[in-house]
Amino acid sequence: MSLPAPAIEVDRLVKTYNGSTAVDGISFSIARGAIVGLLGGNGAGKTTTISAIMGLVLPTSGAVRVLGIDMQRDRHRVLHRMNFESPYVDLPGRLTVRQNILTFARLYGLADPKARVRELAQELDLTDFLERPTGKLSAGQKTRVALAKALVNDPEVLLLDEPTASLDPDTASWIRDRIARHRDERGASILLASHNMREVERLCDRVIFMRRGRIVADAPPAELLERYGRATMEDVFIDVARGQAALDTLESLP
Amino acid sequence: MTEAPPYRAFSPARIGAMVLRQWYVLRSSWPRLLEIVYWPAMSMLTWGFLQVWVGQQSGAAAMIAGTLLGAVLLWDVLVRGGLGFSITFLEEMYARNIGNLMMSPLTPLEFIVSLSVMSVIRLMIGLVPVSLIALALFGFNLWGLGFPLIAFFVNLIFTSWAVSLVVAGLILRHGLGAESLAWTAIFIMMPLCAVYYPVAILPEPVQAVAWALPPSYVFEGMRALLIDGVFRGDLMLWALALNALYFSLAALLFLRLLEGARTAGSLLASSGE
Repeated sequence: MSLPAPAIEVDRLVKTYNGSTAVDGISFSIARGAIVGLLGGNGAGKTTTISAIMGLVLPTSGAVRVLGIDMQRDRHRVLHRMNFESPYVDLPGRLTVRQNILTFARLYGLADPKARVRELAQELDLTDFLERPTGKLSAGQKTRVALAKALVNDPEVLLLDEPTASLDPDTASWIRDRIARHRDERGASILLASHNMREVERLCDRVIFMRRGRIVADAPPAELLERYGRATMEDVFIDVARGQAALDTLESLP
Repeated sequence: MTEAPPYRAFSPARIGAMVLRQWYVLRSSWPRLLEIVYWPAMSMLTWGFLQVWVGQQSGAAAMIAGTLLGAVLLWDVLVRGGLGFSITFLEEMYARNIGNLMMSPLTPLEFIVSLSVMSVIRLMIGLVPVSLIALALFGFNLWGLGFPLIAFFVNLIFTSWAVSLVVAGLILRHGLGAESLAWTAIFIMMPLCAVYYPVAILPEPVQAVAWALPPSYVFEGMRALLIDGVFRGDLMLWALALNALYFSLAALLFLRLLEGARTAGSLLASSGE
């Protein structure tokens, strides 16, 4: 019996915009049930990579497969099994929280959309503001609603682009717990782009560092700490973002 | 655990979800509902009184006056049908919701059908009260046209969808900088498709352009019905054939522009100028 395809496979992905290279020939795969962090400074190519995985951006060359499906050609065959959250999209602000989640429950073809809304409302503590317009919520409440939308179809593959950005520590911690629980209970595969290194250390089995469109490191957090001789992932991040690691390597050469 | 439902290439339920979602947006704002009725009502009242005045003259002027309100109401079907489609699409852009929709199982075809359904709903919200005002104040019964009205309506709404589809594609590809096209594109047809006068009045080279536009057949058909009492089925069939051609081309162009948006990466930056 053949093994199931990886959750996500990125194969020699290149993306250029008007001659400027955003992603430069990266390859990686994510096993089913893994949480992988995608890190890098601003402009490293993280959002373009995630967009290509979602099929919202067409690669200049290379390929992306999700659950074995080619995202360039057949993305509609797998979209109902995945979901995402991104700071670059919003839910319509005039619609109530219930209306927004209900719409996506129906778009994902759930058998009982209203029951799913009730379930998510309880799970994510949304019950008190289900009837409020989404645009009138606080940042933390909006993030919880966005997460409810991202979890509405109980996705096998979940893409999260900075899910806890601009949240207070308590809400951020709460969101992280929910993400971890989704992996544990669903066996879901999660790709997480984040600038929060504590979050990465806490959640990720593996970390992919990008710099100027290329992968410069790909290993579990503990291994990266050891490799770079640093105490925290934040220090590793700074090294990688500034290219210090490459300089250190050059200096250590005989 | 919620099991993923099986993959369906086309789902009326997804179209229903989108129509319901757009209906939520529409009903959440009474000024939006008022705006749908306001402009057609003002337009109809102005032209209605003009018709009354011209109708009091003798001869040809009086005869032509009898077609003015019909032309106004049918032109409104064309304009409001297009705006209903475009505004519904723009609501998604303003809300930065396009990325969510494009990442959901909703297909481009289902999205187009949902926009078309909303266009008809918005059009009816405007047209029904205005046509009742036309009947009450000026004795013009649009609904009394019967089957020909359906033929006129179908042809005009298909033309409006074809134009709006291209505009929606341009906005997806180029961002909200192309928004003004949604409000203005349809008006390029106004002088060309003989809304208030026969095609024969146009300069000869322009007549060829007019006959390439489906609405010209509709407005000629309306005049034939109101002045001569004859329903010109041949004109409606020509309009239908041209609409089939233009709508297919518009759908292909929309898909090309959507691909262009995916290539340029503009779907996530959907509010970009």
